[in-house]
Amino acid sequence: MDFELSDAEKEFRDEVRAWLKANAPHDAEGGGDLKSFIERRRAWQKKLFDAGYVGMTWPEEYGGRGRSFMDQLIFNDEMILAHAPEPINVIGLGMGGPVVIAHGNDAQKKRYLEPLLSAEEIWCQGFSEPNAGSDLSGLQTRAEDQGDHYVVNGQKVWTTLAHVAKWCMLLARERKEANPRDGLTYLLVDMKSPGIEVRPLVQITGDAEFNEIFFKDVKVPKSQILGEAGQGWVVAMTTLLHERGTLGLALATRAQITASELAEHSRKLGLGADPLVRQKIAQHTIEARALQLNGYRAVTSVKRGGIPGPEGSILKLMWSELNQRMTETAMDIAGPAAQVGDGDGWKYQFLRSRANTIEAGTSEVLRNILAERVLGLPRSR
Amino acid sequence: MDFAFSQEQEMLRRSAREFLAKECSPKVVRRLMESADGYDQALWKKIADLGWTALGIPEEYGGVGTFLDLVVVLEEAGRALLPGPFFSTMGLAVPALVEAGTEAQKKEVLSAIAAGSARATLAFTEPSGRWDAGSIGLTAKQSGGGWRLDGVKVFVPDVEAADYIVVVARTRGEGEEGVTLFLVQDKPEGMAVRPLETLDMTRRWSEIRFDGVQLGADAVMGAPDKAWPRLKRALEWATSALCAEMVGGVQKVLETSTEYAKTRHQFGKPIGIYQAVSHKLADMLVLSESGRSATYYAAWTVDADAPDRSLASSMAKAYVSDAYRKVAGDGIQVHGGIGFTWEHDMHLYFKRAKSSEVTLGDATFHRELVAQALDL
Repeated sequence: MDFELSDAEKEFRDEVRAWLKANAPHDAEGGGDLKSFIERRRAWQKKLFDAGYVGMTWPEEYGGRGRSFMDQLIFNDEMILAHAPEPINVIGLGMGGPVVIAHGNDAQKKRYLEPLLSAEEIWCQGFSEPNAGSDLSGLQTRAEDQGDHYVVNGQKVWTTLAHVAKWCMLLARERKEANPRDGLTYLLVDMKSPGIEVRPLVQITGDAEFNEIFFKDVKVPKSQILGEAGQGWVVAMTTLLHERGTLGLALATRAQITASELAEHSRKLGLGADPLVRQKIAQHTIEARALQLNGYRAVTSVKRGGIPGPEGSILKLMWSELNQRMTETAMDIAGPAAQVGDGDGWKYQFLRSRANTIEAGTSEVLRNILAERVLGLPRSR
Repeated sequence: MDFAFSQEQEMLRRSAREFLAKECSPKVVRRLMESADGYDQALWKKIADLGWTALGIPEEYGGVGTFLDLVVVLEEAGRALLPGPFFSTMGLAVPALVEAGTEAQKKEVLSAIAAGSARATLAFTEPSGRWDAGSIGLTAKQSGGGWRLDGVKVFVPDVEAADYIVVVARTRGEGEEGVTLFLVQDKPEGMAVRPLETLDMTRRWSEIRFDGVQLGADAVMGAPDKAWPRLKRALEWATSALCAEMVGGVQKVLETSTEYAKTRHQFGKPIGIYQAVSHKLADMLVLSESGRSATYYAAWTVDADAPDRSLASSMAKAYVSDAYRKVAGDGIQVHGGIGFTWEHDMHLYFKRAKSSEVTLGDATFHRELVAQALDL
């Protein structure tokens, strides 16, 4: 067990710290309209990419930097300390890239990874449907084999960033099989293709951050199959493991940011001396730290020769529920100011956090995963 | 960064678990908890022969290995509910001696502990039950070339088994100023020990009254009046050690309850198939894993003397105190009626959780320390 940084790692930390100090923007989460918010975050990602801080652990030949996980962790920590905002392409970075690296062929890696890293191309994830949420294998969007291409028909929903995305990770049914997990095909769909209609869904925050996507006779070349035709479930599960595992580390970083913002919020309100507020904020901070340390342990076990396991579900489960508690505390201590204007700066996060326990696996699904795959309890379905 | 135990430490864990399964089975725990002094000298001898009483003690005093090695064993001891003075000696007294003892005291006492021939404890708390410097009221006044102690210590673990007691006293002023540690040997005149009836019968807690207890000048540990910074470091160390014991108990309750949920049938199915039960167990898993992460990190900061060792130990104790109580309570719930019986072991963990929770500061106490560290 050792948490000391090597000299090279310390040097890298100092370099990142200096760079972030000089370059990190200080815009508030959710400030301004959505469009300008997205453009600001896109420009920020490009800047990070040019400096070598995006896709740090990805292979160099595809635009990554081939650095260690440790460097990634150092970078994440420095992002917290600098209160720096996240890059725009969260879904691409957390899921799209890792799944292309795991299942893509060489041509696909060459084509997709670098524009994803530079935020030139934004990614979205087309898994959920109106009748396939937690029970994903019940999806009905069809991919019809037409020789050299597929024709896709159907509907996806809750698709974050679809209105600005270039690529959609689409899970569609190629053929019906006895086991609904068989016969699915994983496609990368160009969102500019004819027949795609994106309809914004206005969410609880009043923003239209996610969307419905309608596919009507959309042609997708077979070169855009990821993995093997009919084997899409395996690819989708890799996507979700990354979503909950690797992304879990990013979430741990985010929890630390929120906890420190919350501490700052209480100081500004002059509530720093209130014993109940102190207890609550300390508890949130402790849980955010425990979450981060769980992430570190997961990284070590990956480094020692494993792959991200179902334990990654712990990170996502913890973060989503902690994030809700933190935003509730922030609104609580703001008092009546919480329900006017921007809720003392917390309205957006307070409302947005309600989705955290639904998106990327509901808390109920994640508890099933922990119960069944980690504890080995009998399957409930 | 490498956040895992070494292969050697994993081997130590396996051998500790095997040893305790054999030598400290639930049957043994129950025999000892109902015995007068709550521990077994023959078992202590075996533990010493395994080298556990030397773990984390500096080599020059006969010690071997690191604090992290001790953490591995403490976790297994907590899992087995090992009764007796292992935690009080290795987790409370050794840190105080290493941090604050004079060379002569260390040579004498640490060597004896490492060799398995002595046990020791720490007398900190008074009737207020608090773990801060302000609560220290037992007075020590210079008298006849030595010191005279007057006052009372309560909730002192394993006094009857201890050959040495580190006593925290006030020599002047208030708060962190004027705190002095004394090493008390045997049972000097004027010292009266009253064993307390304890919720957690696997532990022994006593009250000690000091009524004009006369100690020699050589009983002072380090410089008079200046002990607080040293003692604080010892408490951080002790807190990590206690957390290690606690997470061992948490893990055992989780495993026992999970096993029960797989085998106990109701409505024709194992109860673990019902999400009301399985989700409770999933939550227990989250608490167990997070408590372990926080504890291992805190233990590492002690071992490495990292700058955040104080914060890390408070974070761990705050988290694990709540987690152990919650998990032990839920463990009883998963077991249903049988979990509420004297015959089942679940109550032993539930009680150990409570006694550990209030030792070295509960969650509320440590959250306040975290708030101070956050500059709230």
